[in-house]
Amino acid sequence: MKELVVLSGKGGTGKTSLTASFATLANNCMLCDADVDAADLHLLMQPEIKKRSDFKGGGIAEINRDKCTGCGTCIDMCRWSAISSDFVVDDIQCEGCGVCVDFCPEQAIDFPIQTCGQWFISETRFGPMVHARLGIAEENSGKLVTLVRQQAKQLAEEKGIDLIITDGPPGVGCPVIASVGGATSVVIIAEPTVSGIHDMARAMELCKHFKVPVLVCINKFDLNPENTTRIETMAKDNDVPVVGRIPFDPTFTKAMVQGKTLLEFDPDGSAGEYIKKVWTAILTTPAMMVAN
Amino acid sequence: MMISIASGKGGTGKTTVATNLAVSVDAPVHLLDCDVEEPNAHLFLKPAIEETKTITTPVPEIDLEKCTHCRKCSEICRFKAIAVTDELVLTFPELCHSCGGCMAICPENAIREVGRELGVLEMGAKDGVSFAHGRLRVGEAMAPPLIHVVRACAPENGLTLIDAPPGTSCPVIAAMKDTDFVVLVTEPTPFGLHDLKLAVEAVRMLKIPMGLVINRSDMGDDRVRSYAQSEGVPILMEIPFDRKIAESYSRGEMFALTYPEWKARFRKLAEQIKTLAGKGADVQ
Repeated sequence: MKELVVLSGKGGTGKTSLTASFATLANNCMLCDADVDAADLHLLMQPEIKKRSDFKGGGIAEINRDKCTGCGTCIDMCRWSAISSDFVVDDIQCEGCGVCVDFCPEQAIDFPIQTCGQWFISETRFGPMVHARLGIAEENSGKLVTLVRQQAKQLAEEKGIDLIITDGPPGVGCPVIASVGGATSVVIIAEPTVSGIHDMARAMELCKHFKVPVLVCINKFDLNPENTTRIETMAKDNDVPVVGRIPFDPTFTKAMVQGKTLLEFDPDGSAGEYIKKVWTAILTTPAMMVAN
Repeated sequence: MMISIASGKGGTGKTTVATNLAVSVDAPVHLLDCDVEEPNAHLFLKPAIEETKTITTPVPEIDLEKCTHCRKCSEICRFKAIAVTDELVLTFPELCHSCGGCMAICPENAIREVGRELGVLEMGAKDGVSFAHGRLRVGEAMAPPLIHVVRACAPENGLTLIDAPPGTSCPVIAAMKDTDFVVLVTEPTPFGLHDLKLAVEAVRMLKIPMGLVINRSDMGDDRVRSYAQSEGVPILMEIPFDRKIAESYSRGEMFALTYPEWKARFRKLAEQIKTLAGKGADVQ
């Protein structure tokens, strides 16, 4: 089984629109949305949810006022300033370390495990999909990403599907690190802007750090042909294959408004032709050609 | 006064709004780029960096001479950052949240704290705008502690603008919390709207007044506008799609400096924000 993870570094370069288009081209794939913080893939996939489960994260301190003697040990030991002078825990500040729980001489602090999101197994017109929703202001996004990827892998195995396409989160932090480990290959959707290049370089460095093969696809390449060339040169210098260019095209937005992938909305248009070439190039890269 | 610029969805134009606002208003103004995973504001403001600091977070180091393998440290650690066997003590610094529990519980005083590098803090200035940002070390997972360090650079006086990371989880909260106003930058597309709703919920949780900037305002549909209206979130500015603006962005230019009419609009935006923040005009 192979897993292609779509990343970008910078947000808004076209990860989700292209993931959805790739799904249209792949014959029966497993879809996985690892952008649990601002998941959008479902807006194009309209998944029919088959199974809904709670995601349990860590605990949060809760002071039992009947037992509390006001000694202040918890306030002194909390490194997050999460406990007020009148012994109320700020849920947003609480890191979930439990130090206050363990050191309270009266055992007056509970540590209930929190439900901090939900995850779903769904059916879509392109194949099954595993996705999630992390609660607002929650932590543990990396754990939830790991969970949806594991579930996608398990379900793909059960159903005999040999390709998972994972829509990744922006950035290079916790949820991105959880998205790349063990992937067959990562494709970075880069845009030819100063920020797009800067962020692509960091995403590329991250993939190298975790020894995951990486590919680059340039989106909106015609917005700045010089920067497009810069990206191609950078990729070449780093031995990263460039799987193609896609022009800036407002059709992507029009398709999104209709809840369709670009290839469904405009199957014979020029952007579609570019995407088909990119998809073929991805599938024939050494990393994706390697047998399991 | 502290204004954070956030979005929910990435790539909607947070940095565009933050940098153009910074160069349009009167000094003293401070720009803090808190998107430490992918900081971009410096690519547009182009400040001269005057000071660089390596930022670390404390993680345990075990003195094996003193350790009796009692396992109390691994029992207290809720992040599985210490494992103890009869023969071995292993620490996993990348899992450590720096709570200090292990050091406090160790009966032998065998644990001291050493620094794990989170990244760097860089500070500088350009044309009356003072600047700071954090750059998370590639491979480091925890952004919030570095964001707190960048936030601590905010001076008492003047206007501070915070360029926040995308999303609605802990890094965004760390960037927005306790600011006086949040500008949410969105685009009028289904993705933009979906993530905007999450961002609005997050800002409400923090009880901060907010307003909207709609970028590429003519590409998409009207659902963002009707949502804003029904929720009572004021639309402060609309930036239509203009290929010239997109191309100048791609080169790292700030369009408020190229087009004086935009500079005037950003100044007006700052005035509107000051009025709304002053009123504490939250939309419940």
